[in-house]
Amino acid sequence: MIEFLQQLINGLSLGAIYALIALGYTMVYGVLRFINFAHGDVFMIGAFAGLYLAPLIMKPFGGGPSWPGAFLVLLAAMAICAILGIVIEKLAYRPLRNRPRLTVLITAIGVSLFLENFGQYAFGVDPQSFPDLIGDHAIAIPASFGPLADLTIMVSQVLVFAVTLFLLIALRLIVTKTKLGTAMRALSVNPVATSLMGVNNDVVISFTFGLGSALAGAAGILISIQQPSIDPLMGLQPGIKAFVAAVLGGIGNIPGAALGGVLLGVIETLVVGYSDVLHIPSGYRDAVAFFLLILILLFRPAGLLGRVEREKV
Amino acid sequence: MRIASILPILAALALGAIPGLAQDQIKVGEFASLSGGSASFGQSSHNGTALAIDEINTGGGVLGKKLDLVTEDDRSVAGEPATIARKLISQDNVIAVLGEVASSKSLEAAPICQENHIPMISPASTNAKVTQVGDYIFRVCFIDPFQGKVMAKFALSKGWQKIALLKDVKQDYSMGLAQAFQDGFTGAGGSIVKVQEYSTGDKDFRAQLTSIKASHPDAIFVPGYYGEVALIARQARQLGIKAPLLGGDGWVGESLLKVAGHALDGSFFSNHYSQDDPSPVIQNFVKTYQAKYGEKPDAMAALGYDSAKILADAIARAGTTDEPKLRDAIAATKDFKGVTGDITLDADRNATKAAVILTIANGGFQFVQRVAP
Repeated sequence: MIEFLQQLINGLSLGAIYALIALGYTMVYGVLRFINFAHGDVFMIGAFAGLYLAPLIMKPFGGGPSWPGAFLVLLAAMAICAILGIVIEKLAYRPLRNRPRLTVLITAIGVSLFLENFGQYAFGVDPQSFPDLIGDHAIAIPASFGPLADLTIMVSQVLVFAVTLFLLIALRLIVTKTKLGTAMRALSVNPVATSLMGVNNDVVISFTFGLGSALAGAAGILISIQQPSIDPLMGLQPGIKAFVAAVLGGIGNIPGAALGGVLLGVIETLVVGYSDVLHIPSGYRDAVAFFLLILILLFRPAGLLGRVEREKV
Repeated sequence: MRIASILPILAALALGAIPGLAQDQIKVGEFASLSGGSASFGQSSHNGTALAIDEINTGGGVLGKKLDLVTEDDRSVAGEPATIARKLISQDNVIAVLGEVASSKSLEAAPICQENHIPMISPASTNAKVTQVGDYIFRVCFIDPFQGKVMAKFALSKGWQKIALLKDVKQDYSMGLAQAFQDGFTGAGGSIVKVQEYSTGDKDFRAQLTSIKASHPDAIFVPGYYGEVALIARQARQLGIKAPLLGGDGWVGESLLKVAGHALDGSFFSNHYSQDDPSPVIQNFVKTYQAKYGEKPDAMAALGYDSAKILADAIARAGTTDEPKLRDAIAATKDFKGVTGDITLDADRNATKAAVILTIANGGFQFVQRVAP
């Protein structure tokens, strides 16, 4: 029973990571109907921005782990990624805005490959150790909880979960309550009409990319605190998993991405943890994740929380 | 006295400078990744090889001739080794080729050396396929399955009866080591209490480790590469697993201890050689290497050194650089006292020799013992 609870915690923690990356994915898709395959690589740039900035930013805070310092590193990485996202959109996607969607999609794959290879050249291919910004440790569970005291919950795991939840709510508020959010939603319905109504589409799209990339940057820092080994290809696998999570929950739907991420994390963890009972070798965990994606696409193409939209002809 | 000691040097310089007398040298080809992704391995092995050639030449060379090392950089690029092997054989007329660390690179050059009947000695390619190319291809390192057997033997000697396996399904290296370990360990009465898998690039191993923890192993065998092993060790300790981890030479990497912190303290892994090995052969080598390059030699440097020394030894025994005779002499290498152990080449042209077990303590690797095959 304790083992099962521990696996559940492991699963929720892994799921929160997928969800955190999936939020940015799904938001960009929700507005622009475009899958930004470079999202995972912006996530990687966020982690490396943190690696190089941390010594500078943490110095005034004593150089060791410190929460305010970690918060500043987080903000700095988010800012760098936001700028990167806006630049990518301006250079790579904007010139193709009126071209078929497939063209932009392939360009996104190109941007992704560019960032990965640039990263290998600039940062080196070997994994590097990410500094412990917050003094990560296991939360002590009082012995009065009996066998539950054996459970391991890391501060960083709670942090990732809390930040994912916070961003989920914040994003929803931005999209539904602010003027810019209204413009984003309007643009996703009909970009021609919004520009006729005096909305500057370029600004709204730039903002969307900036916000999505800032989310990727935040994920890069938070996940690197929990798993402190970073390399230029680190965005590849979580990027694909987050994409699965976003589709699972209903791509374009913000709570759906969070739900999809958590679900994927828990399922993967249970497949691995109970591989003996299920007779599925644990190496097949990714296969299970992608099988799930195929099932969802077959039976609920819009995802768990997605609305079914009819394409107008 | 002074003039007498300078004379041979002058003579050597004069001989080297006059092309007509160059047949007094024996040309040995070498290819290595001196730049690119695996440059750190390539430079180490090249430094070791060059040091060995220098020592041989200062000691008077072989068969009264100096060795001339022709080194080519394959830039860690696939396809280059084949081109280089052709160039070394047809243009430079080398009598033998030394290289490379990466098995995939050695596998490119090997068929060309085999075709031309030029002996090739790989310093550090551990994949079993390399020497299967043909009877002119040798290596001075042990092959992957051997390390698995060594660790199984070591675990049993420690009195550990219950071992959990955590292997990388994307690496032949890891799967091969795990299989060899399992065969050796269960064959000698130990039991594998849990088998878990991961894939290269994974960062979260908590699910596997939680399941392993529940099986209460005495130790966990993790035959992966350092990138994943460091995170596995961290997460294992976070989950309260106290059992030591065991592994192979894939653990050696710059970031291993930086990422793992103290999580690997008290764990063990097998390697080709240890610079802390008290044996005088090794300490001598460490001293001369450090004097020349300003850093301590790693396993790749030691293997590069041994590859050149074994070649020179075989030339001396063959008494000629005639390729078939040289091949037979290399194949007959027996109990050669190398820095990576007493090397005997078996019928499959692989080195059989002792492996070294290292442990991790005080933020560094420490020599534990040698395990004979």
